[in-house]
Amino acid sequence: MAISNAGQIGNAGKPAKSTFRLPGEARIFVVLMGVALLFEVLGWFLVGQSFLANTDRLLVMILQVSVIGIIAVGVTQIIIMDGIDLSSGSVVALTAMVSASLAQTSDFGRAVFPSLTDLPVVVPLLAGLLVGLCCGLLNGFVIAKTAIPPFIATLGVMVTARGLAKWYTEGEPISMLSDDYAAIGSGVTPILIFLGVAAVFHVILSYTRYGKYTYAIGANRAAARVSGINVNKHLVIVYTVAGLLSGLAGVVTSARAVSGQAGMGMMYELDAIAAAVIGGTSLAGGVGRITGTVIGVLILGVVTSGFTFLRIDAYYQEIVKGVIIVVAVVADQYRQRNRRA
Amino acid sequence: MLSLAPEKVTAAQPAPQKVAAVPLIEVKGVRKEFPGVVALDDASFCLRHGTVHALMGENGAGKSTLMKILAGVQPPDKGVFRLNGQDVTLSSPLDALEKGIAMIHQELNLMPYMTVAENIWIRREPLGRFGLIDHGRMADMTRQLLSELAIDIDPESLVRDLSISERQMVEIAKAVSYNSDVLIMDEPTSALTEHEVAHLFRIIKSLRAQGKGIIYITHKMNELSEIADEVTIFRDGRYIGCMQTERLDRDEIIRMMVGREVGDMFPKETAQIGEVVMSVRNLTLDGVFHDVSFELRSGEILGVAGLIGSGRSNVAETLFGVTPASSGSISLFGQPVTISSPKVAMSHGMAFLTEDRKDTGCFLKLSIQENMQISVLGGDNVQAGFVRQSALSSVCEEMSATLRVKAPGLYERVENLSGGNQQKVLIGRWLLTNPRILILDEPTRGIDVGAKAEIHRLISRLACQGVAVIMISSELPEVLGMSDRVMVMHEGRVTGILDRSEADQVRIMQLASH
Repeated sequence: MAISNAGQIGNAGKPAKSTFRLPGEARIFVVLMGVALLFEVLGWFLVGQSFLANTDRLLVMILQVSVIGIIAVGVTQIIIMDGIDLSSGSVVALTAMVSASLAQTSDFGRAVFPSLTDLPVVVPLLAGLLVGLCCGLLNGFVIAKTAIPPFIATLGVMVTARGLAKWYTEGEPISMLSDDYAAIGSGVTPILIFLGVAAVFHVILSYTRYGKYTYAIGANRAAARVSGINVNKHLVIVYTVAGLLSGLAGVVTSARAVSGQAGMGMMYELDAIAAAVIGGTSLAGGVGRITGTVIGVLILGVVTSGFTFLRIDAYYQEIVKGVIIVVAVVADQYRQRNRRA
Repeated sequence: MLSLAPEKVTAAQPAPQKVAAVPLIEVKGVRKEFPGVVALDDASFCLRHGTVHALMGENGAGKSTLMKILAGVQPPDKGVFRLNGQDVTLSSPLDALEKGIAMIHQELNLMPYMTVAENIWIRREPLGRFGLIDHGRMADMTRQLLSELAIDIDPESLVRDLSISERQMVEIAKAVSYNSDVLIMDEPTSALTEHEVAHLFRIIKSLRAQGKGIIYITHKMNELSEIADEVTIFRDGRYIGCMQTERLDRDEIIRMMVGREVGDMFPKETAQIGEVVMSVRNLTLDGVFHDVSFELRSGEILGVAGLIGSGRSNVAETLFGVTPASSGSISLFGQPVTISSPKVAMSHGMAFLTEDRKDTGCFLKLSIQENMQISVLGGDNVQAGFVRQSALSSVCEEMSATLRVKAPGLYERVENLSGGNQQKVLIGRWLLTNPRILILDEPTRGIDVGAKAEIHRLISRLACQGVAVIMISSELPEVLGMSDRVMVMHEGRVTGILDRSEADQVRIMQLASH
C-alpha cells in the first residue's frame, strides 16, 4: 500500500489508541444493561426475586419482541435510506390472515377455503411472504413513481392493508391451523428467525453494494444519483425487502397465536420505528446499524417484561416506553452536536 | 496572494448635483468579516436623493454583503453609516424598513398561497370591527397602490398564480407601500423579458422623480446607461471607484471590476491535444439553454465562463444526464449517444464534479472511504455480491495520499473535513472511475489558496494524461489560467468560444454581459 508517502492518511506510526473508537452500539448496550439492572435491583426489593437469573423469563422476553424485531430489521433499512414505513403493522395483519387461511386443517368444517385444507406448510409460508412482498413493492413503487412523501404513501398502504385484512373474512378470526404451521411460532423458533434475519441483514448492509447504496441514498439522495446510483430502483428494492420482512413477521405472529385475526400487529410499526431510533438510527437518514436496532428491540422487551415482573400496571409501562424513546433521541442528538462542536 | 495592479480611481468625486446636498445614504470605511474571510474592507458608498445608483462587481466582490448591511440583515464590524446625515445602527431588516430602507430580494420573499393584497400589507392589515381584518379595504388600498405604479394585477389573485415578473412587481409595490426613501434592487431584471424590463424601468424612473434613492445591483453593462445615474464598483471586498454614467467607459468599468494579475496560481502544462472525444450539436433544455454546440478534444481543458444564471451549470448537468436534454445531439468518441441518466454518462467514461459540494456532492454523514468508493462499486470490486472492502480500502488510501487529503484516517466522516479536503475526496471519487471526460463545475469554490493551486496542478496533470476536461468557473483568472479554449455563455446561449491566445478578461466579460 502506497500510503505513507504523503503521511497524511492512515495510521502508520501513530499509536493505535488514536484510531480506536467505541462503536455506537456500545453506548446503547450500556443503556440496555442499565435498564435491566434497574429492574434487577427493584426486583430484589419489591418482589424478592432476581429479574435476570431466570432463563425462562429472558426467553419469553425476547420471544415477545421477536416479531417487532423482524419488522424493525426492515424498517431500519428504510430509515437509513431516509424513508419511513407506517404500513408494517397492517401488513402483519393481512399476511396473518392470508397465510392462516391456507394453513387450516380439514378437521374443521368451516374453513375459509374448504378445498384448500391440509396443504403442506410451505404453501401458507410462501403465500404470506408473497403478500408482504407485494405490499412492500406497492410502497416502493408509489414512492418512486409519484415522489409523494413516504409517510403518506405508507400511511395509505397501512389503512388499506388493515381494511383488506378485515374484509378477507369479514372480520372473522381464522383458527384450526395445522401443527406444522404452528411449529413456526412455537418454542424458540421466532427468536431464531429474528436473530437469523438480523444477522443476514447486518452482513448485507455492511458488506454489499445493496448496503452501501442504502446508506448513500439516505445520506444525500441527489449526490447518490449523480454518483451513478439508480435511486428509484433501489428505493423500490428496499421497500420490497421491508415488506417481505413484515410478511414474515405476519406468518410468525399467526403461527404463534395459531390463528389469524384482523386486529393483529396493531401499532407494531411504531414499536419497530422506536426500536430503530433507540438503537441509534437517524431519522435524517444515512446513519444506523442493525446491531443497534437489535439492542433497541431488546430494550423495549426488557421494559415490557420488567414491568410485568414488578406487577406494575401496563399503563405505566407505556408511559415509560414513550419517555425512553424521546430521551434516547434527545441524548443522541446532544451527543452528535457536541462531537461536531 | 495575488498582486493587485495599481489602479487609477476615476472620478471618485462626482460632480455636484442640483439635488439636496445631504446624501440619502452615506457609508464610509465599512468592514465586515466572516470566519476566515474579509467580505468587505474599507467600503464606501454614497446614495443621493432622486438618483439610481448602480453597484457592480464580480461574484464575491462584496456587493451582497454591503446590501445586507444596508438592509439591516447583518451589522457591520465597523464603519460609519449615515442616513439623511444622521448616524444610524440597524438592528434588523424590520428596523431598516421602518427607517425607510426597503430591499427587494433576488430570491423573492412572497408567500405563494396568499393573495397579492395579503402579501403587501402583511403585519399592517387594516382592521375593521372587532379587530378583524377588513379585506375589502385592503383590496382597495392595494388597487390604489398598484394603479399609482401602473401595475395591472388583481389584488385578490394568489401569488403562486403570478408570473415571475408579476411577483417582482408585487415586491416593488410592497416596498413602495412602506413609503421607503431607499429601494434596494438585487439584479431585478435577471428573470424578466425585454418588455417587462421596460415596464420596470418606467416604474424606477417615476420613483426617482419622486426623489427616492434606488440602489441597483446588476451584472448587465447595457442597463447602466439606460437606468443608472452613478455606478460604484467593488472588487475583492474593496471600493474601487465611483463614476457618473454619462461619462461611462465600458472597458474602464470592466477593468475596474476584474483588474488583477494572474500569477502562477495556474500551473498549466502544455498537453498533447488529440482527437475529438465529445461533439455537442444544438443541445437545448427548454427554457434553460438553447443551441449549445461545441467540440472537446482529448487533453484539452475547455473553460466555461458566464455569470450565475447563464446556464453553464445546466449544460453540465444535461451532458451528464442529471436533467436530460429536450433536443440536440451528443456524440462521444464518434458515436452518437443518448445520455438519460448519470449512470449512462458514467458508462461512457464521463465524470462530473458538481457545483454544490454539500447539496449534490458529499455524503456528509458517511466516511471518506464510503464517499470515495461509491461510484466504483461494481465489476472487479464486487465478488459474489460482496464488496471487496480491503482491496478498495487500499485503492482509496492511495488516492487520498495522492490528493493529499488531510484527515486522521479514511473512517473520518466527511462532515468533519475542511471544504478543500471535501473537494479532494469528491475529486478522488471521480478519478477512481478513470474518466476520459471530466466535467468540473466550480472545482475550487470556497477553498483556500493552497488547495486551489494543488487542484489546478491536478487538473493540468490529468489533461496531460489525455483526459478531456470541461471546467466551469466563476473566477475569470482560473478560467484564463487553466483553459486551452474558453466558451462564454450568456442567458442560456453560447456567445463565443475564444482561443487561449485571444481570451482575456475584458473579452470574456464583454461576451458574458453582452
